[in-house]
Amino acid sequence: MAAPIQRRSLWGEALLLLLICLFCVFPFYWMVTTSLKTQVVALESPPVWWFTPTLANYREVLFIDKVGPALINSIIVAVCTTALAVGLGTPAAYALARFEFRGKTDLWFWFITNRFVSPVVLAFPVFLISRELGLRDTHLALILMYLTFTLPIVIWICTDQFRSVPQELDEAALLEGASQWRIFRSICLPLAMPGVAVSSILSFIFSWNELLFAYILTPKAAKTAPAMAVTFMEGYDVPYGKIMATSTLIVVPVLIFALLASRHLVRGLTMGAVK
Amino acid sequence: MSFRVPRRTIAAFLGPAVAALAIVGIVPLLYAVWKSLHYFNLTKIAQQRFVGLDNYGAVLTDPVFWQAMGRTALLFAIAVPVQIALGLLVALVLHRPGLSFWKTLTRLSLVLPMATTYAVVGLLAQVMLNQKYGVINQMLGWIGIDAINFIGDPTNAFIAVVLWDIWQWTPFVALVLLAGLSTVPPEIEEAAKLETKSNRTILRHVQLPFLIPSLVAVLILRTADTLKLFDMPFTMTRGGPGSATEFIAVLIERVGNRQFDIGMAAAQSIIMLAITIILARLYIRLFYREVR
Repeated sequence: MAAPIQRRSLWGEALLLLLICLFCVFPFYWMVTTSLKTQVVALESPPVWWFTPTLANYREVLFIDKVGPALINSIIVAVCTTALAVGLGTPAAYALARFEFRGKTDLWFWFITNRFVSPVVLAFPVFLISRELGLRDTHLALILMYLTFTLPIVIWICTDQFRSVPQELDEAALLEGASQWRIFRSICLPLAMPGVAVSSILSFIFSWNELLFAYILTPKAAKTAPAMAVTFMEGYDVPYGKIMATSTLIVVPVLIFALLASRHLVRGLTMGAVK
Repeated sequence: MSFRVPRRTIAAFLGPAVAALAIVGIVPLLYAVWKSLHYFNLTKIAQQRFVGLDNYGAVLTDPVFWQAMGRTALLFAIAVPVQIALGLLVALVLHRPGLSFWKTLTRLSLVLPMATTYAVVGLLAQVMLNQKYGVINQMLGWIGIDAINFIGDPTNAFIAVVLWDIWQWTPFVALVLLAGLSTVPPEIEEAAKLETKSNRTILRHVQLPFLIPSLVAVLILRTADTLKLFDMPFTMTRGGPGSATEFIAVLIERVGNRQFDIGMAAAQSIIMLAITIILARLYIRLFYREVR
């Protein structure tokens, strides 16, 4: 009696899993297929599922519509801000994990508060300041502003990672007469590499995805890819194929990184609240 | 277990990060507070003057601001319960033993929506929800529902944003709750399964207490993110039609970037920030007391 019921519930469960997967993945399928349609095919009503794919949209957006340079801008900004966040964040994380000092909890709370500050609060003041300093439309302005979310992520995840490095190693090195900096550089940092890698991937994803700062701070030369995608919507004749080709180009690298760090993405999004 | 080290060493390790975060995080915030006390419009620079708390008075009595706040609260009130209900269902399915390969695959696919560039999510909505060319309307047609003008009609546009928010964030909620479920000690869960056959009883009395921290995290983060929500509605509807999807961050962007009224936008954003912080504190006090 029990076996068939169990089998049926297993099938039900499998079906449910399939539905969940479809729910998550279908929009991406539609994005990629639309990017391979000509404008004529994209504007067929009802939409067609089978058609002859073309790469024309990709050629056009990459080489004519300047999505290529925008992607390069995105890479420059995301890589630089990630490197800067790791460079500044790992020593700070080490200090939070290893040293005892007054105001440590306050410092922690300050770091997490940054997760709650909406970019729209900072965007206009930074717009004015960067104009004064001649930093408007430069990569540097974005790289610095992206520290507001990349630095806390690096600090949060790496602090956790440093705590898991056995303290006996430090103590042994300390007896040998090594300085704290040397212990950090030569012993703890190499052992904390998994945390550094995860937080780098997350920093990259979040900077790559950012729109509001980019939209306001980099109108032309340093424009990033998401800000570029928005401009396509401004004409009368909405070029669906081109928009989806641009979207695909933006999303694919992020999704690859997200899958690589899938076990840690939630941890990054919740700032370590969930392990 | 921690080391006692000289202050100089601590400062050397922490100083650069703290200084950097202060420069990019606090300086602009103080500048925003300063500008919020001025009449400051980029198109009328000459008329710039100190007005004290006038901007705050104007914002607090401005129906447009409160409508945008109300809209944001409504989005939260509809979308988040759905995300929690669906997310809990998904998490419970994934938490059950068996079919582990398929469950790993499902977990991977759940990662995709929340990592997707938020701006692209809005663009996708434009394409998929279009009245004539959209695939969603085609699918609705298969089950006998007439094509819906999602983007062009105020009520439908709001519904579309809610649905899209549910698509993007249900997987996130599911994974957070799944992490919560895995904190239930297996021996307690096993013992409970011997006591009762009802899954609901187990959920209510055994698993729920362990889920509270995850639920608090979900509520706090979804509150913060809903107040921040800009990219998706901006690329999807630009806050329209009319102001049907003008959520608070979209409104502030319009006032600052399209009406150039920086002083007013600053006052609005400071008030929004205050509301965010108050809500976050409220949640923590409300929920964590039960856990303690």
